[in-house]
Amino acid sequence: MHSSGQTLNGSEIFFECLRREHVEYIFGYPGGSLLKVYETLHDVKDILHILVRHEQGATHMAEGYARATGKPGVVLVTSGPGATNTVTGIANAYMDSSPMVVFTGQVPSSLIGNDAFQEADIVGITRPITKHNFLVKDVRELAITIRKAFFLATTGRPGPVLVDMPKDILNSSCVFDFPETIDIRGFKPTFKCHINQVEKAAQKIAKAKRPLLYIGGGVISAEASEELRTLAIQQNIPVTMTLQGLGAFPGNHPLSMGMLGMHGTYWANQAVNKCDLLIAVGARFDDRVTGKVETFAPQAYKIHNDIDPTNVDKNIKVDLPIVGDAKNFLATLLEVMPEKRENREPWLAEINAWREQCPLTYSKEDDLLRTEFVIDEVSRQTSGNAVVVTDVGQHQMWTSQFYTFLNPRSIITSGGLGTMGFGLPAAIGAAFGIKDRPVVLFCGDGGFMMNVQELVTAVHNKVPVKIFLINNSFLGMVRQWQELFHQEKYSFTDLGDSNPDFVKVAEAFGCKALKAENPESARHAITAALAYNDGPILVDCSVVKKDMVFPMVPAGGSISDMLLARLNPKTMV
Amino acid sequence: MKHVISVLVENKFGSLNRVAAMFSARGFNLESISIGETEDTEISRMTIVTRGEDQIISQVLKQLNRLVDTIKVIDLTRQPHVERELLLMTLKLSKAVQHEIFELITVFKGKVVDIKQKSITIEVIGSPEKINTTIDIFRPYGIKELARSGAVAIHRGE
Ligand SMILES: Cc1ncc(C[n+]2csc(CCOP(=O)(O)OP(=O)(O)O)c2C)c(N)n1
Ligand SMILES: [Mg+2]
Repeated sequence: MHSSGQTLNGSEIFFECLRREHVEYIFGYPGGSLLKVYETLHDVKDILHILVRHEQGATHMAEGYARATGKPGVVLVTSGPGATNTVTGIANAYMDSSPMVVFTGQVPSSLIGNDAFQEADIVGITRPITKHNFLVKDVRELAITIRKAFFLATTGRPGPVLVDMPKDILNSSCVFDFPETIDIRGFKPTFKCHINQVEKAAQKIAKAKRPLLYIGGGVISAEASEELRTLAIQQNIPVTMTLQGLGAFPGNHPLSMGMLGMHGTYWANQAVNKCDLLIAVGARFDDRVTGKVETFAPQAYKIHNDIDPTNVDKNIKVDLPIVGDAKNFLATLLEVMPEKRENREPWLAEINAWREQCPLTYSKEDDLLRTEFVIDEVSRQTSGNAVVVTDVGQHQMWTSQFYTFLNPRSIITSGGLGTMGFGLPAAIGAAFGIKDRPVVLFCGDGGFMMNVQELVTAVHNKVPVKIFLINNSFLGMVRQWQELFHQEKYSFTDLGDSNPDFVKVAEAFGCKALKAENPESARHAITAALAYNDGPILVDCSVVKKDMVFPMVPAGGSISDMLLARLNPKTMV
Repeated sequence: MKHVISVLVENKFGSLNRVAAMFSARGFNLESISIGETEDTEISRMTIVTRGEDQIISQVLKQLNRLVDTIKVIDLTRQPHVERELLLMTLKLSKAVQHEIFELITVFKGKVVDIKQKSITIEVIGSPEKINTTIDIFRPYGIKELARSGAVAIHRGE
């Protein structure tokens, strides 16, 4: 470790700053503009560099790590193609508000703008998908820029920040000075909620007969689950969560209503429809949640707490906006709640009737393997204690329905961008961060192929991720829409003839692999996979090909348009 | 309705791009944007003219505030403020209309900045509405070229 006041070159300063930011892992890939950094890295022992096999993999790994631990994920890639390969991962982290710092090498300052070899204007390219980004123009600016990047990525609403570092900057030297504190005059997020607003919210809550808590990922990033649980239980208010909010409140609690929205539970959506008070915390009224905004929670007085003022009144006009940190909001609310409140038993009884009317179920009568069974069984065998990562598609929605999430930071999934290929690298990243809980991945046969190269990274580093490949031989979610809304024209979604033998693929990478073809063999394979910790293990689950995810509120529809079963039962299996 | 927004930003490369890109990415209307240094050389002032309903304008203001390089955002619309735009315009010149043109320049308090055998270049300063009228009135005489600066605006002093 070097100290402030020493003369260091840019690469040394880079690692000194990462040390001071307590970085454990860098997910990276070398190249021409970063040769100096990798030269310095050769002798760095206290920060572990994980060599990925594609820069997109690095970004998703960093995000998986960040979401599992709450600490920022760090990515290091070279200029040009290395940088452009990070774009999807950066956009993903931006949409899902994950803290991440991406360092890109850049051509030497003197060549910028000349279409130099491996030059790309990555600052320009990533401007709309980063919280902020920087081009370092002087080695004396490097330390403060890195400090700012970590501060911005982790403060307020988290997000990705990119730092572009020209080659000459990394080679030149200056006196190292690490600023302990920083002040960015244009960046002052509001943490503390306005007390009058919170008091008003408390009054509304006390008087509501049919209140509903609508909880998003903001509660998890603000580490506010404890406060949420206390409030919900003390006030006897049912809790519905977004995809990113799952785990903020224990899924096995009677007040938990599971997910709302397009593939949310029947009873959560009915409750939204009938509630007289909606308390949104750290959620952003995404279109996958609201459907048609005009008919969303039509009877409810709406309270919305969010750290980002732009989320308030963006998609839906609310009655009581409260800008501030979710933890601060919930804790303050607990302090100012009046003694007396309405009785919610009739409301809870109404909800339970909906729950009984249309529960989440799947057929167990035949010997066919279903995705729901695999997820249900993994949920049981892990006692809801795993860190669950998904890819994008039907299996992702079933995960939200059939895995019982008990704790925050238990689901890591691409919600906002819906990035296929996210799952495998994100699971690997999560497993680097979390060693005392199993890390489980549910991944489609389509999405698995989008970042399959990262299996090497998992094998090489003996990362014990348990991969449940949900193999339905289809781009299942697209097939579902084709069946429901596009005249059953199954255009380019049948992978049956072209999918590889996934067990052989895994084995070629040196990854242990099993096959499951019926519920019984799946149960055993799950047990075996959970017991295996010597590296990754893949279970190729041959599931029913044409299953569909229900309930479903069609895009832009209202709760009354909710589909509960397929329109044409003949298309089954 | 029309809004005039004054934004103080860090005087750094890319600040203007961030604002302009945000407007296009979010589909906000952008009628004009102008930027220049302020009394503090580290800070630039941007004047943005946009149109939209209240809910949209409130999003515009919040999205501007959210940019890290933005220091202060002021919607001047409902406050006392002065708004000015500069017009530079080259007109066809002929003996027949020469007199009329000179008279109109006086009416609009314009200035002649260049004059040639067959053309005349004038400058006019005023509110964007006055600039619109000026252009309309001069159009029949034959506008060869024109350039507008976009509005700049500032609070009226106490
Ligand atoms: C990168 C990317 N390309 C395309 C899509 C569109 N898309 C959404 S779900 C889906 C099908 C996913 O198929 P699979 O991975 O097999 O999962 P399944 O739905 O069958 O569970 C597709 C193509 C996407 N979300 N991401
Ligand atoms: Mg599939």
